[in-house]
Amino acid sequence: MTIHDILADMGYGAAPESAAPVAAWLAERAPGIGHFIGGAFWAFTPDAAFVTENPASGAPLIAVSRGTAADVDRAVAAARTAFPGWAARPPAERARHLYALARAVQKHERFLAVLETTDTGKPIRESRDIDLPLVARHFHYHAGWAAALPMEFPGHAPHGVCAQVTPWNFPLLMLAWKIAPALAAGNTVVLKPAEQSPLTAAAFAEICAEVGLPPGVVNIVQGDGDTGAALVAHPGVDKVAFTGSTTVGRAIRVALAGSGKALTLELGGKSPFIVFEGADLDAAVEGVVDGIWLNQGQVCCAGSRLLVQESVADAFTARLMRRMETLRVGDPLDKSTDIGAIISAEQLARIRGLIDTGLAEGGALATAGNPLPGSGHWCEPGIFTGASPAATVAQVEIFGPVAALMTFRTLDEGVEMANNTAYGLAASVWSQDVDTALDAAARIRAGVVWINGTNMLDAAAPFGGMRESGFGREGGRAGMAAYLRSDGAAPTRPLPQRAVDYAPAPAPATQGGNRPPGIDRTLKLYIGGKQVRPDGGASYALRGPDGARIGAAATGGRKDIRNAVEAARKAAGWAALSGHARAQIVHFMAENMAQRRDQFAASLAAGGCDDPAAEIEATLDRLMLIGGMADKLDGGVQSARARHMTLTVNEPWGITGLICPLGQPLIGMVTLIAGLIAQGNRVIAVPDPAQALVAGDLAQLCDSSDVPGGVVNLITGDPAVLGPVLAAHDDVDALWHAGDAALLARLETEAVGNLKPVRAHPAALDWAALPMPMLRSVIADAVQTKTIWLPYGG
Amino acid sequence: MADNGGVSTGPGQGGALTRANPPVPLDLRPVAHAAVNRSATERRAAQIGTRRSVKGLHQAAWLVHAIRCIDLTTLAGDDTADRVRRLCAKARQPVRPDIQAALGVQGLTTGAVCVYPTMVPHAVAALDGSGIPVASVATGFPAGLTPLPLRLAEIRWAVEQGAAEIDIVITRELALRGDWPALYDEIAAMREACGTAHMKAILATGDLGTLTTVHRAATVAMQAGADFIKTSTGKEPQNATLPVALTMIRALRDHQDATGHVVGFKPAGGLRTAKEAMVWLSLIREELGPRAMQPDLFRIGASSMLGDIERQLEHFVTGRYAAQSHHPMG
Repeated sequence: MTIHDILADMGYGAAPESAAPVAAWLAERAPGIGHFIGGAFWAFTPDAAFVTENPASGAPLIAVSRGTAADVDRAVAAARTAFPGWAARPPAERARHLYALARAVQKHERFLAVLETTDTGKPIRESRDIDLPLVARHFHYHAGWAAALPMEFPGHAPHGVCAQVTPWNFPLLMLAWKIAPALAAGNTVVLKPAEQSPLTAAAFAEICAEVGLPPGVVNIVQGDGDTGAALVAHPGVDKVAFTGSTTVGRAIRVALAGSGKALTLELGGKSPFIVFEGADLDAAVEGVVDGIWLNQGQVCCAGSRLLVQESVADAFTARLMRRMETLRVGDPLDKSTDIGAIISAEQLARIRGLIDTGLAEGGALATAGNPLPGSGHWCEPGIFTGASPAATVAQVEIFGPVAALMTFRTLDEGVEMANNTAYGLAASVWSQDVDTALDAAARIRAGVVWINGTNMLDAAAPFGGMRESGFGREGGRAGMAAYLRSDGAAPTRPLPQRAVDYAPAPAPATQGGNRPPGIDRTLKLYIGGKQVRPDGGASYALRGPDGARIGAAATGGRKDIRNAVEAARKAAGWAALSGHARAQIVHFMAENMAQRRDQFAASLAAGGCDDPAAEIEATLDRLMLIGGMADKLDGGVQSARARHMTLTVNEPWGITGLICPLGQPLIGMVTLIAGLIAQGNRVIAVPDPAQALVAGDLAQLCDSSDVPGGVVNLITGDPAVLGPVLAAHDDVDALWHAGDAALLARLETEAVGNLKPVRAHPAALDWAALPMPMLRSVIADAVQTKTIWLPYGG
Repeated sequence: MADNGGVSTGPGQGGALTRANPPVPLDLRPVAHAAVNRSATERRAAQIGTRRSVKGLHQAAWLVHAIRCIDLTTLAGDDTADRVRRLCAKARQPVRPDIQAALGVQGLTTGAVCVYPTMVPHAVAALDGSGIPVASVATGFPAGLTPLPLRLAEIRWAVEQGAAEIDIVITRELALRGDWPALYDEIAAMREACGTAHMKAILATGDLGTLTTVHRAATVAMQAGADFIKTSTGKEPQNATLPVALTMIRALRDHQDATGHVVGFKPAGGLRTAKEAMVWLSLIREELGPRAMQPDLFRIGASSMLGDIERQLEHFVTGRYAAQSHHPMG
């Protein structure tokens, strides 16, 4: 080839990054790579080892030990041993270690980028320009938190040993997201990388040794799903963090149910990418490139549903088709490659299967016809044009370089289509009109919304999902909080020991009837602002501490829960009110409760409360405080990137189930209900069944305090029956459990349906004696963080 | 040229430019719809240099090609006839013959020489027989705030003196005030004054404030019949930047789609390094395709960039890093 030849077509030619340092590294580690436990590199164990391959060629790279239960035991023990010392180190010293990790990553960045690309098939441009800078940034950012911990998080302590399981798509970056905050908070770690791409974690273990991280602070156990399952289920683990598929996330949720381990899940998505008329269409097209064609579309937050307003759909689609033609698919190590290889034959088969389904359903797949390399796992980038929301490819996460393009007519319809998914990880909104952009950002249910951008990540910007995309945040203050717990003992009280007989038949004569001369009071359910009879047509006896019958309460059931959720769904306007408006209503509840002291006191006294007046006064104070917080859980502006307004906005969960504490029927129930509704949630509460009289009073209080119907719903009955129905209801967004601890495992298991978060409080918590930091965390738990990126520039 | 294995450098390639963009009636719809997001444009612009890499022999070829696209420029108040002759000599032989031979290249020239109007006669004489066109700035360059009849007369004078290409400046006031019909009329009149000469419309983007205004001004200039759109005079506070170029190129692509007419693009001002030349060529290839990289559709307005390209080419040939003093100055 001569210069003359090149001048004829002005092609790029090959520009491969050298693979030699990685080849040498692999050769030195033959025949295989073992675990990193307690600061030692364990010998490779060929039994049941697995082989990691280069996805671009299919060639094997090296064998890796497959962690056994014994390996997991050893690693958790090492982390446990290291924990007290690491947690006790001065914050400044932990900061130095994290800073050293950040610098070490930078010093080896080219090697690590080539290693990542070799093991994953992602283009070297991405590992070099995206993954590695973000990895270094994450450690550097968290070095700052480590030093500032006592100043910024007083009253908090690390969880202990963290089990972390990371995915194959961003191996080193996800490792950084997991390890950096854990270490900054003073935890120790056992991390299991994905078996498809285990090598950068192995290299990171060597970096830990290089920078002198104390033994056992970071442990890397290699292995597959079985290894990961053994790790998260290990009794020596205090906190589990998982990034990966929703399927595996569900399995972990079930495995951990009732264990008391803290859990964060970052799962799948089918993120909308919404292009409004008046958007910069060329910019939006590049957004698709940076979205669904980043890392071959194997990105949990990839904008895989392209929703385009009808008025610009043709113009946008034409531009997108032309742009697709210039994508270069090929050697991931070539510096001019846009699209690399798919991680594995298995993943490629899954992608192809979904594409085939899309075609079989009549979908039209547009591709540019670029030739694909012969060996390795390759998928041509494409767009299903003219798709509809009902199409499989518009519903199911493909996790490949293929998106579905649909049209909408109006802002309302665009938002509705965006939210027409079980997921809620991320969204991209494209519009030059700030009203349209912010309105859409506010209404889309996703943990991250990028306005006029996509796949923007930064250590200071919380990242994480809503709905079936998981719960918990990584990055920012919220991400740090996930690796800390409240320090100090929770105040407790003796739990009441009172059995409730839910039998629908009249009580035997031996149990005693009403105390004469009372007027019969049979409490109904409170649903949608109305007192209604239970669907089951049954009630149960309420008895005082002496066993005497003090009244009866409705026995709520499945259908009552269903009706309450429907009523709550209709009360969606509650979340749209200003904090001030909600505060006024909560304060009005306090005002009216003060007028009804006698009624509440009578109910409390009948239920056996020793000092009703004190509980009422404390509850009034609580209502005033909580109502006042309705407009004070501020979001923030994160210091992510220059000229990127990065907002964290606190949003209510939506419809929240609540199993009330047993005992302290007024202050316990009111603290939790008011805490939830003050921040804009609607509540379906299951009151203490033995103290349902107080619930009846609360229903009347809501009625008289302008609480809109459906915002507070009270379903009396057996929590063991009603709780699991709430937990399993897919239209309930979150579940708070302050009742019988024995119920928690069941609730957490049932909650797996829509992966709602379950917030558990100790059953014996003394709700009247909550220290302020704990009360604040109860109030703050009523919201989740949405991160909105708004890059700007005139 | 090609028959002896050398590179067809296209003497006269600039001079033989056809006028492929006849005026179309003013259409304010694309002007009204223009919506450019600066941050997103900057992100894409920043990726141009990182998504593509050209190494080795390809890099040498691209640098040779960049030379063919250079409008070798002197636009200084102290220009003299001799200074312009020196520049023209450099345009005729932009790279030392031994390096050209080692590259297998012969008869390489720059795309054009660009001067002030009064320097046109000297440049025309100095380039006689080379086939290298002379480009002249005109219309009260750089501010463009002389009366329109004088600006048109200046164009005619430069063309009469032998300028084959005229780089006009737009009246920024009309763009800033959004008086698109007036801007259209001015540019159309200038185009008419150019006669058969090739017209490049300098948008002076550093004066226009927003990328959306850049997009609009580019659209109007093309509708009025500009053969090229050009970023800068080199005298504005901000010169040719990649986000500005990307905006203009996208407007250009829209105009081509709407009319079927082909328009060229010329960044100018502040372009100094061989590395920049590679990025700009890559930008054109990615956004407009390889055809648009040819010198009849792409020019780089530069004076010092050539020196850096020469040194990079010598490094390619010898493997040693080069000294500027080993390369003849212009």
